Amino acid sequence: METVTITMKNAPALYLEADTISTDAFAGKNAAQIAELPVFEGNNPSTLGKYFEISGNAGATSADTKIVVKGDVKKVKYLGFKMTAGEMVIEGSTDQYVGAWMNGGKILVKGDVAAFAATAMKGGELTIEGNAGNYLGAAYRGDWRGMSGGKILVKGNAGSDTGMYMLGGEIVINGDSEVHVMTHAEGGKVVIKGNAKSKLGGQMVEGTIIVFGSIDVMMPGYKPNGEVELEVDGTKARFAHFIGDMGERHKKKKGVVVYGNLYKKI
Amino acid sequence: MSEYIIKNGHVFDPVQGIKGDKLDIAIKDGKIVDKVGSGAKVIDAKDKTVMAGAVEIHAHVAGPKVNLGRIYRPEDKLFSCTPTKGMERMGSGASIPTTFKTGYEYAKMGFGVAMEAAMPPLFSRHVHEEIRDTPIIDEGAFPVFGNNWFVLEYLKNQEIENTAAYIAWMLNVTKGYAVKVVNPGGTEAWGWGLNCLTVNDPVPYFDITPAEIVKGLMEANEYLGLPHSMHIHPNNLGNPGCYETTLDTMRLAEGIKANNKFGREQVLHLTHSQFHSYKGTNWGDFESGAKEITDYVNKNKNITIDTGNVTLDETTTMTADGPFEHHLTGLNHLKWANCDVELETAAGVVPYIYSPNISVCAIQWAIGLEIPLMMKDPMRCYITTDHPNAGPFTRYPRVYKWLMSEKARKQQIDSFKHKDKVLSQTGIGALDREISLYELAQMTRAGPAKSLGLASMVGGLKPGMDADVAIYNINPDKPVANPDDIEKAFSRCAAFIKSGVQVVSNGEIVSNGHKRTLWVNVKAKENPQVARDIAEKFVKYYSMTQNNYEALGHHFVPNPYAIEVDATN
Repeated sequence: METVTITMKNAPALYLEADTISTDAFAGKNAAQIAELPVFEGNNPSTLGKYFEISGNAGATSADTKIVVKGDVKKVKYLGFKMTAGEMVIEGSTDQYVGAWMNGGKILVKGDVAAFAATAMKGGELTIEGNAGNYLGAAYRGDWRGMSGGKILVKGNAGSDTGMYMLGGEIVINGDSEVHVMTHAEGGKVVIKGNAKSKLGGQMVEGTIIVFGSIDVMMPGYKPNGEVELEVDGTKARFAHFIGDMGERHKKKKGVVVYGNLYKKI
Repeated sequence: MSEYIIKNGHVFDPVQGIKGDKLDIAIKDGKIVDKVGSGAKVIDAKDKTVMAGAVEIHAHVAGPKVNLGRIYRPEDKLFSCTPTKGMERMGSGASIPTTFKTGYEYAKMGFGVAMEAAMPPLFSRHVHEEIRDTPIIDEGAFPVFGNNWFVLEYLKNQEIENTAAYIAWMLNVTKGYAVKVVNPGGTEAWGWGLNCLTVNDPVPYFDITPAEIVKGLMEANEYLGLPHSMHIHPNNLGNPGCYETTLDTMRLAEGIKANNKFGREQVLHLTHSQFHSYKGTNWGDFESGAKEITDYVNKNKNITIDTGNVTLDETTTMTADGPFEHHLTGLNHLKWANCDVELETAAGVVPYIYSPNISVCAIQWAIGLEIPLMMKDPMRCYITTDHPNAGPFTRYPRVYKWLMSEKARKQQIDSFKHKDKVLSQTGIGALDREISLYELAQMTRAGPAKSLGLASMVGGLKPGMDADVAIYNINPDKPVANPDDIEKAFSRCAAFIKSGVQVVSNGEIVSNGHKRTLWVNVKAKENPQVARDIAEKFVKYYSMTQNNYEALGHHFVPNPYAIEVDATN
């Protein structure tokens, strides 16, 4: 695997829309060619080389390419956009749309990410060592197709609207979650190891939410369905089981009505 | 204005019966002429196909419901933005493009005229503002009449003259082009939570049937002698078994003769006929009724149709058939928007994905192609996608490919997940007809122009007609190696001259042309009763005053082109 290191040297005055910082866009290019890749600073077309110092050449394919992003990229959006393979390590915190529409490969963010990380993610792995912003693994504005595959791990806390319109895949939040989790979901799983606030699984017709800590306010559309013993991430515990959202239509699979599941550790 | 001469192209012009002969086309002062001087700009069309500018008879390209679609589907714009480039302003949207992108895309395919198929009269100002902002192409808009309270009340008492006077007033104040009817009576019935699924279902409160509305509007249309006929989206759209309602609707035209000075022969235009040609009783035994529909249309010369081809894309459905859109959101569970317009109409909007892996969608695709392939007279059947309902208009070249190449159809059928079901439920597998370039010119140029009453202006290359000329990279002398070449050639024309100005060169926009708004100016007899009824309804029911209703003046219609109709005798 070949490694390309890009280091922020001239911070942009406006937000940088850098959907070309991905293993797929870099694949098969040398450092000089990578520097010529187009980006937008606000609405001004520009090139990557204007902002970043680029060292190393990419591999022949995205799977053979690793990107290390250094320096302050808090004003850079779309890192790892539509990535299908390979690796990316972001050493600090970054802005919106990290790993949006990603389909494979691995992204590690050592700091925090802003909103819309992993929008409509289809596959691959995204690990965030700090905190995640709002709309993690959600659908794009107006769309009904959220995260459908892959895995996201947030070691810190997550913002609101995690997994909105989620269809599949898994999100694990080691810390606490803000309001609205898996709204409108039709599949997938969100695990909250810390505490949750309110509006968990609103209008969810299928999917699973597991909460280890407290829930401030339960949705009225969920009804108790007994207790179960579950093993989650290697931890065995007893959980109260709720099904819902009862206010929504629910599909039948093999004659059995499918509900959204909410588990809260006892 | 400049002069052009288009040399050595293979010309296809149904108006003059020219079938691919090598001819030169001369243009002067915006018109086709016999000859031009030696200083004329020469455009070399050697080994290329030359046709008149295409004419779009039915598309939803401007107005409140189109804009509602744009507003509530940001995801439609997501990966479809085109930045500013040369003459072009930025645009976005795949199934519901911005006004600018709409104009550019039509022009790049060689279209000179497009008709907005459903204008809510109350929002005619909005429609005209969008038309104004759509560059290059000439456009007209059809106000909707099929659920209008005035029309329902007049026709309940068989008052054809009053209906005609009201239509004349409406066309004049909304700068409208033709009489459009959408789910006659059904949309109004929906205000009571009901619908009209046959032509005999009574409309609540008004105590009138769809049959009476349709027949009355046809008669009023011919009483006035309008350029286009009544243009109808019948009841019961999109349901298995709906072909019977469609046949019942068309039978209402029996015995009615066209009366106009524009050369139009039909009295009823059946739009997006694909959606109205379904047999079966449910989605399981759903099958094609294309044969029954085309057999009837082939025999009855006073009817024209357009196709409404499903293009197998993700798109946005939008229609003034409010109850249908509510029904559709119940089927696909995607977001629904509704737009009720006071005394006049009620539109709905729902996204839809025509997936090749779903048998119903694949059968709809096949029915859309069966209809034009079974129609004997290409002058009476026009290609549309009911943009954006069955697919975006930008997919026309793909529809042409399927119609012109049996090989392309077979490839598509073979790729369907439910191939056997498509072949058993439709007749598409047995159709080996391939539409010729001449027939395509009939279906996309001369035919729709004649149906719209524009035959003397557009759709042909006869001297005296408007100089809308499209040149495509197709050499009719050589067999088509790959059907995809047809799609490619019609997607981006080599050159397009619109009203004597070259607007496209090598598929790129080079001028924003001189766009016009086509409308019908009817001079009708004074009718004090109708004038009083209008004034009264505005006072009693409308949320605005009559003075604020009219789309007038330079702001709304900066480049009007009025087609004069004298109905005073």
